[in-house]
Amino acid sequence: MQYLMSVIDDGTGPDTPTEEAAIDAFNERLRSLGHWVFAGGLGSPDPATVIDNRGGQAVITDGPFLESKEYLAGFWIIEAPDLDVALRLAAEGSSCCNRKVEVRPFL
Amino acid sequence: MVASLTRRFGDLDLAEESAAEAFATAVERWPADGEPPNPGAWLTTTANRKAIDRIRRENKRDAKHQDAQEVYDSQATEPLETPGAQSAIDDDRLRLIFTCAHPALAMETRVALTLRLVGGLTVAEIARAFLVQETAMGQRITRAKAKIKATRIPYRVPTSEDLPERVSGLLAVLFLVFNEGYLATGPHSDPLRHDLTGEAIRLTRLIRELLPDDGEVVGLLALMLLTEARRTARVSARGELVTLDEQDRGAWDAALVAEGLGLVRERLAAGVAPGRYQILAAINAVHTSARDVRDTDWSQVVALYDQLVRLDSSPVVTLNRAIAVAELDGPAVALATVDRLKPRLTGYHAYHATRADLLRRLGRSEQARAAYDRAIELAGNTAETAYLTRRRDQLP
Repeated sequence: MQYLMSVIDDGTGPDTPTEEAAIDAFNERLRSLGHWVFAGGLGSPDPATVIDNRGGQAVITDGPFLESKEYLAGFWIIEAPDLDVALRLAAEGSSCCNRKVEVRPFL
Repeated sequence: MVASLTRRFGDLDLAEESAAEAFATAVERWPADGEPPNPGAWLTTTANRKAIDRIRRENKRDAKHQDAQEVYDSQATEPLETPGAQSAIDDDRLRLIFTCAHPALAMETRVALTLRLVGGLTVAEIARAFLVQETAMGQRITRAKAKIKATRIPYRVPTSEDLPERVSGLLAVLFLVFNEGYLATGPHSDPLRHDLTGEAIRLTRLIRELLPDDGEVVGLLALMLLTEARRTARVSARGELVTLDEQDRGAWDAALVAEGLGLVRERLAAGVAPGRYQILAAINAVHTSARDVRDTDWSQVVALYDQLVRLDSSPVVTLNRAIAVAELDGPAVALATVDRLKPRLTGYHAYHATRADLLRRLGRSEQARAAYDRAIELAGNTAETAYLTRRRDQLP
């Protein structure tokens, strides 16, 4: 089963070199234990652009679709047999990237 | 039965519905056909068949479903509910209760699910225990079951790595189940629910077998046993709650008291700093060791509450400590403490009942009456309401 682990940035701490090293080590662990599917870090939501083409005419809006102090700063997609394993990995991920992590299953 | 079916089919809804269908069939058929020689086995077989029918009928065997089926089938090796398979059933219940008490669910949801699926209460009964609408409780339980399924909360005893934390969460759930049986919340149920206290004790015993060295498990079991020992003395023939000081101590269950005291001694001998349940058990041990209420070692009780306050400074603990302080230092000292809890406990019936009793002992009848009124208004338990009403009506 695949889970999305979203990294939630609440603007309380900047990235530090130790954080990046810890994330690299965690990613390596995910790979060696067979949990790794994909991961990525995201830039700040400020330069985001929203497109709505539901009406046949694409409407372009400047800025993120959600103005909020907390935003998605990155994510992991992992393979785990159940929620207990996913939560354990999320706890590790949260500790190494120093941010909150939300766990959600894929359909 | 729900536990076994869940293990077999990996679906709580399916398990519950099939069990209910099997009982419904039994109600229809047994009066006409006669009761089968082994009713338990008949029900299990019927429920299993109903579950399989349901799966076929709903034709939901898509990839996801098969996936789940494989996970659970690989665990379902022992026969279901045949004679001699008690340990397999116990294991099932343990798995089920760890699922119900999973930390990914909100605390109230954990208690509700445990009461529903392990304790077998109806949604209406649970809704009453929580003082919420039945529809709201139904939705909460449905949502929880959907979450278990969608996020794949595992149906198993946690790994040793997760176990200590998961056990403490589980003990909290079991304690809440026990408390609902100890003093049922709602006015429409029996005041004491032996089914719930009995179930909570049974499950705590199971956890103790799993984790014999966990002091808090022993503490909680001791606390439950010492409390359960007083059960028959706690309600009078007229259906009134009998307070500890007025109970017929000869009616206490001597075997449960002995077992509980033995467990408390075991923990004292361990020489490890006690947790919350061990301290509560020790407090109950002091009470149950006194042959007469006048022999109660109140300074010991207060000292234990002091220890508890250091671990848990919640207003309810402070309230209970004040009740012991009233015996040691008098009701005036206790009342001063209790009054300070008002902002946080004003919606809690025991706060008003405690105040009422202290005011009564201080001869402040008018204020006592008002406090009894408020306590009666908030108390749902019939035996407690009856007791409080008599006390109020006896005020000069």
